[in-house]
Amino acid sequence: MAAPAARVLEHELLVYRRVWRGSVFSSFLSPVLFLAAMGLGLGSLVDANAAGGGGASGSAAALTGFSYLAFLAPGLLASNAMQTAAGESTFPVMAGIVWVKSFHGMIATPIRPADVVVGKLAYVALRLLLVSAAFFVVTVLFGAVTGPTAVLAVPAALLTGLAFAAPIAAFSATQKDANGFNALFRFGVIPLFLFSGTFFPVAQLPALLQPLAYVTPLWHGVDLCRSLALGTAEPAMTLVHLAYLGTMTAVGVAAALVTFRRRLVR
Amino acid sequence: MAASPSGSLIHARALTKRFGGFTAVDAIDFDVAPGESFGFLGPNGAGKTSTMRMIACVSPVSAGTLRVLGMDPLADGPRIRARIGVVPQQDTLDMELTVRENLAIYGRYFDLPRPVIRQRVDELLDFVQLAERSGDRVEPLSGGMKRRLTIARSLVNEPDLLLLDEPTTGLDPQARHLLWDRLYRLKQRGVTLVLTTHYMDEAEQLCDRLVVMDKAQIVAEGSPRQLVERYSTREVLEMRFPVGVQETLDGQLDGLGDRVERLPDRVLVYTADGEAAGAEAYARGLRPEMTLVRRSSLEDVFLRLTGRSLVE
Repeated sequence: MAAPAARVLEHELLVYRRVWRGSVFSSFLSPVLFLAAMGLGLGSLVDANAAGGGGASGSAAALTGFSYLAFLAPGLLASNAMQTAAGESTFPVMAGIVWVKSFHGMIATPIRPADVVVGKLAYVALRLLLVSAAFFVVTVLFGAVTGPTAVLAVPAALLTGLAFAAPIAAFSATQKDANGFNALFRFGVIPLFLFSGTFFPVAQLPALLQPLAYVTPLWHGVDLCRSLALGTAEPAMTLVHLAYLGTMTAVGVAAALVTFRRRLVR
Repeated sequence: MAASPSGSLIHARALTKRFGGFTAVDAIDFDVAPGESFGFLGPNGAGKTSTMRMIACVSPVSAGTLRVLGMDPLADGPRIRARIGVVPQQDTLDMELTVRENLAIYGRYFDLPRPVIRQRVDELLDFVQLAERSGDRVEPLSGGMKRRLTIARSLVNEPDLLLLDEPTTGLDPQARHLLWDRLYRLKQRGVTLVLTTHYMDEAEQLCDRLVVMDKAQIVAEGSPRQLVERYSTREVLEMRFPVGVQETLDGQLDGLGDRVERLPDRVLVYTADGEAAGAEAYARGLRPEMTLVRRSSLEDVFLRLTGRSLVE
């Protein structure tokens, strides 16, 4: 990373040292609570039903033979990365441009808007790595992990997060106020969280909705994390996921370079 | 020190800024010499901030020529910005960080080594009298303290040129005088200051030379004293009449001084001798509620040039 972008990262980490306590609930405790309630609580019902030979579309078959806890944990890992990324790329970007104007302070120095984009996303990447690694440790303690290669789900979650962070940051830099963010969370983040395979296989959705689920970016993140965590990854599909998420990241970065520049240099 | 063709730190010819169809700065010419303290005086919306943003290399020039420290802002933005200090109209401080951290991280933006930053931060905290607050968060500080911190921050790279956009707007008189004192010290150290203001007293206090801007153009240029001599009289007689009376004075004010301005709340008579004009008014049977004789100021210059008051 070029020196000016590294300075932006330095600034973000300095501020994070002040405010990290507030982020512990949203990005760490919350997914752990979901894992406990859904994975253990609801999971005991699901697994009992599967063991009892639950009907034609048997749950055991749908979960490809794993416990619900093991199925759910990598899904939560991916969707938590998305939520952390969305949180870090919306309100903090608005703060940098409108509320606190710290980005304006930066570009009055040798730092350029492109450095702000790169430094900010580098910070989001570090945050993603931190929360994903912490959550992964919890899933290990819950006994939800099947083998050592499951750790590959952590970098997969990082990529999933960046695939959201970059385009959302680009979008945030076009907004006058935070109203657009409410819509983004209500109609984007939350539906993706619920219907992209985090809690149940997309194959369980009505046939009409399934193609829709398969094009959502979170499904690619969830399936990538899950197949790596469970050791069921196939090369072709893994490449599709990586390409999809990598493209979203690249397009998002390119867009953010434009929108940040337009907003900061007028 | 790098020089433009004319040897000035800032060199502008036909400098223009457009936002879509709106022209914020309309083909202005000016030069700022090294060590000079130069001001843009004008009402809100005159184009002062747009001009400052172009000089600070955060706003592309729409047309015309601009050279800052002998360089082109378009090609050399980061190199120019490395050598200037900026005090923006609104503070951009990090509220969550401490006073010291705000200065230190800003020094990092200029890629200064940490030991250098440590030493400069101590000096700057003393200079702006914030040493006792160095470990405090910024948010609860008063407006004047935040402004002083912003000025300290703009000096962390030891700039050749300091840009101040309305440095004391919104501050109480005491805080303003403290700030003026600090800026005056910088000026004496040889730092080139460029500031915008809509306070004539600020311009009179700080500027060696200034331009008056109105509606995107420069309407006059000179030292505060030259401008007053050129566009106003030595003294001004101010008269305030009871409500309703001023409207009945048609004809009775003619010839009292070189020029008479009728503002909504008072009458200004421009003359070399205010006392004599006051006596003449009395002799004519005028009975103002209040009279005041004062020296002409830049406010009068502005009124003369634009027909409007500076602060409306």
